[in-house]
Amino acid sequence: MTKDKLSELTARSLKVREHIIRMTAGGGCFIGASLSCVELMVFLYSELLNVDADNLDNPARDYLFLSKGHDVPAMYGTLAELGFISPDRLTQHLKSTDSIYWHPNRAIPGVEFHSGSLGHLPAVAAGVALDCKLKGEANQVFAITGDGELNEGSVWETLLVANAYQLNNLTIIVDRNQFQANIRTEELIPLEPLADKFTAFGCAVKVVDGHDYTQLEEAFKGVPFSDNKVNVIIANTVRGKGLPSIEARADRWFCAFNDNEIQQLFEELHGHAAAIIESESLTVR
Amino acid sequence: MNYEELLVQTATADERFIVMTAENRALVRSAPRLLGNRFIDTGITEQTMIGMAAGLALRGRIPVVHALAPFLTMRAFEFIRTDVGIANLPVKLSGYIPGFLSDGNGPTHQAIEDVALMRGIPGMEVFCPADEDDLVRMLPAIWQSPAPSYVRINHKQGTYQHMDFEPGKAEVISEGTDVTLLTYGFLFGNALEAKALLEKEGLSVGLVNMRSLKPVDEACIRRCAANSKLLVTVEDHFQTGGLYSIVAETLINQPHNTTIFPLALKERWFKPGLLGEVLAFEGFTPTGIATAVSAQLQLIHAKNKQHA
Repeated sequence: MTKDKLSELTARSLKVREHIIRMTAGGGCFIGASLSCVELMVFLYSELLNVDADNLDNPARDYLFLSKGHDVPAMYGTLAELGFISPDRLTQHLKSTDSIYWHPNRAIPGVEFHSGSLGHLPAVAAGVALDCKLKGEANQVFAITGDGELNEGSVWETLLVANAYQLNNLTIIVDRNQFQANIRTEELIPLEPLADKFTAFGCAVKVVDGHDYTQLEEAFKGVPFSDNKVNVIIANTVRGKGLPSIEARADRWFCAFNDNEIQQLFEELHGHAAAIIESESLTVR
Repeated sequence: MNYEELLVQTATADERFIVMTAENRALVRSAPRLLGNRFIDTGITEQTMIGMAAGLALRGRIPVVHALAPFLTMRAFEFIRTDVGIANLPVKLSGYIPGFLSDGNGPTHQAIEDVALMRGIPGMEVFCPADEDDLVRMLPAIWQSPAPSYVRINHKQGTYQHMDFEPGKAEVISEGTDVTLLTYGFLFGNALEAKALLEKEGLSVGLVNMRSLKPVDEACIRRCAANSKLLVTVEDHFQTGGLYSIVAETLINQPHNTTIFPLALKERWFKPGLLGEVLAFEGFTPTGIATAVSAQLQLIHAKNKQHA
């Protein structure tokens, strides 16, 4: 990746994080899981996916399904930065005048399918990938899951089926931020050795630093990893990435901040002093 | 023509059709050979099958999916509601051995809440053919509709030659002033025989094959309520959420002088056994139905005498 490209993407991810911070106002959002997948979103939409804001229904497009739907602020921030939606719409977060709420829905240009209930979109993505295979078309299909989401049996069920049908045009991307809602994955339902689990289910697996654009480029360049296996990319990430006062804390899952805190978080994002957060630290939705 | 022949013919003529099953091949034995890669068996994975069907439908396909009715409608319920229902995709659900047709399997396999569950999903249509003739008349319109749908598959041979099908329209076999039997699915045949038994007693008996439970023929239900002293809903379903509920919902804001009596399963699963045993034990043989109807009519008669 060229230096210019890297700084372009880095600047974009900063913008997306600003959008996410703004969306914690007026009711809040799932900030931790949104911040962990910013680089993934920015990389996929900027560099990889064959999707065009002016031709969203193009049947030859690549598909991205956001299965861990609560990180949708990262997706909306990215879509806003890339011209899929006007950034103004994000100010409508949680207002009945628009359809910007805590989980994705198809009223928003660029969203392929709604989600929120975990463990669904690997199967929906597999259906799309199967159709592309049946028609001999070259679309790539991606689904982003959380790591907590891997508790759901339907994810593993779908991997069995998708590998039986040799869907190497399907890539499951795991935002491995080490947390489920309230607790570290390894403290509740341990997932490790995670790559081995996917391998045992018949997938071809790569593990990358999910915040490193060079590594993301390298990994995705290799897709498909084989001629008959579902691709899995485990992106190791940090929940709350970019805001030290949020990072890797079990109590920063869903947050609603006041104006003063949001101002401080902006400063923290841009490398200044850590924010002092006084709002209730955890609101379970 | 039977179910399988119609399905293969439909899918052969129209590339949009994909035949899927969660390894329940009873109805689609010839599909792998005749449809090639448009036959998809996902193995014993009802949830994944429905999610994939939604994905295929997003790409313009019309998946017709097969599984035993209880596992299709319950194991995969949330996938149907969330992936098919919210997106309003044309996924066609074929539930095998619904209601009493699970005969000796036991309560794990008894889909007797399937109508309640499926009709609770916005946009989902629900159809219950009386026999194979009815099934084959109904399916073309169901499969060509852009709506998601659930069909209680019933390919038992009947004796009745049915009328052509129109979604949202019931098939009125006869009108009657004493009683009208409203029924659907495989119990239609027994209701038809019960009607003959009751007519031998000199009663005026109406019989309606409801066929289309959602959309339902509300005008027909209202007309039956206006014309008959007694309406009896006959169904192999829990009393809650099925036809009895549909009739109640239809008539609650409607002035009527009829009595509505349910023949259904009240808060319990049915006694498993071979179908004949089940029907006898549960009181759904033609004689069982006729006896229950006569008893209700006598009750009404006695009440009217008291008031007179």
